Amino acid sequence: MADSMSLRDRACIVGIGETEYVKGTPKSRLELALQASMAAIQDAGLNPQEIDAVELPNGSAGGGAAGDLAANLGLGDVRFTTSLQEMGGAQCVASLEVAAMVIAAGIAKHVLIPIAVQWASGPSARAFYEQQGTGLQSVETIRDYYVPFGVGAPAQHYAWMAQRHMSIYGTTHEQLGAIAVAMRKHAQLHPKALMRGKPMTMQDYLAARWISKPYRLFDCSLENDGAAALVVSSAERARDMKQKPVYLSGIATGHPYPPQDIPNRPDILTIGLDFAAPAAYAMSGLTPSDMDFAQIYDCFTGQTLLQIESAGFCKKGEGGPFVEGGRIELGGQLPVNTHGGLLSQAHVNGMNHIVEAVVQLRGDGGERQVKDAEFGAVSGWGGHAHGALAILRR
Amino acid sequence: MTQQLLKNRRLPSDRPATVTFYDYCSKGELRFQACADCGEFRHPPRPMCPHCNSQNIEWKAVKGTGTLYTWTIVVQALDKILVDDVPIIVGIVELDEGPRQAAWILGVAEEDLRVGMKLKVSFEAVTDKVALPQFSPA
Repeated sequence: MADSMSLRDRACIVGIGETEYVKGTPKSRLELALQASMAAIQDAGLNPQEIDAVELPNGSAGGGAAGDLAANLGLGDVRFTTSLQEMGGAQCVASLEVAAMVIAAGIAKHVLIPIAVQWASGPSARAFYEQQGTGLQSVETIRDYYVPFGVGAPAQHYAWMAQRHMSIYGTTHEQLGAIAVAMRKHAQLHPKALMRGKPMTMQDYLAARWISKPYRLFDCSLENDGAAALVVSSAERARDMKQKPVYLSGIATGHPYPPQDIPNRPDILTIGLDFAAPAAYAMSGLTPSDMDFAQIYDCFTGQTLLQIESAGFCKKGEGGPFVEGGRIELGGQLPVNTHGGLLSQAHVNGMNHIVEAVVQLRGDGGERQVKDAEFGAVSGWGGHAHGALAILRR
Repeated sequence: MTQQLLKNRRLPSDRPATVTFYDYCSKGELRFQACADCGEFRHPPRPMCPHCNSQNIEWKAVKGTGTLYTWTIVVQALDKILVDDVPIIVGIVELDEGPRQAAWILGVAEEDLRVGMKLKVSFEAVTDKVALPQFSPA
């Protein structure tokens, strides 16, 4: 077996769970993470005691230490725990790679992957200005070399990438808007979408206030509270479990270079996903044209555009025209973020993107179901353009 | 390591290499950390040269001329201390010698901003030890 195929179809997502997504909650992150974990475990048809690995995509900031989860869920025999770091929002998709390795190596049977966020009730992602530094070079770079010049929030330093794309490829505001409008349309079809009941036209998008040009308000993702969780098990076990198994056919992570600073990369439009995507497709034996949908980490519209290109759905620089004309909407060539994404469903660091991919591949999407969905791609992005791509199949 | 506030600027930290970078700026010199062995720039500063893995450091002066690589225009003051300054153009400037640095772009109308436009540095003193590089059309 070739190295690149070593994890193909070895693990399956067998359980998914989500809390309600809200702006403001009295619940702690641990309470939210436990609620989503129980939902995922029950969805998988397991008892909590059968979970023997806990993986934390955002460390203890995502709800608690593994021990906190174990002590509440009653996990008396945990064989593996780990936390991911430095890849930010890419860590939910990246956690699937670790889960598959743990399962393929026979270390654990059922891996629980929970994440809770309090983007509304806790510190905002915009609070980089006040961070004193964590010792990570990326945070020190922001504090010492961006913040003195007024650029400290993701909306601002990611706007540098979007402007560069517009300047050299001719990408337009309306093309960025086409992404925001598509996500909002899809959110109208999801009962847990924060923007359900609030449709948006291109005119509405263009009329919204500027945040950091070229980004307007609706180029930026939501800030909310909530949690989501997965259970990952071996393919052999999954075939006899409660739900139709969703196979992890390909998975890879990748990093921009240098990772800790945006301005001094040889090309700021070369992102981690450029390295991850070819490896993930190679593992799966599938190609971008095989994908029936894509759930793309849409922290901002421009970052969505970059990832559509880097995930191989169009050539570099052609993302603008690609997203026009309904191509990324339900019924189009490549439906993107059929749940509404971070822009219009909720910001759960992309765990909601994995949950939605599973819903689609089970055929449970209801009025937003992609017909006969067989294969789907899920991307993650975070921490200055680290990337991950999962190729899932039913 | 407490982040200081001065007027309407957040000052960089007191990490040694950061102090050196901005101290040169306060003397009117733009210098970037570079490898004392192979000569390659490494900005932002870090302990090891990624080209030859040397840990020897020098601070190489650049002419202060370069081109605009990209920019954003901060309109909403997400950082409230900038509320009287916005909108501000925060560019990434590529110095002719190679390193890139974020800085305010002054003296250019928004519609005249272009990738590749020629710029030259000046400095805004914010304390007697810290000045911020800023750029305007060359």
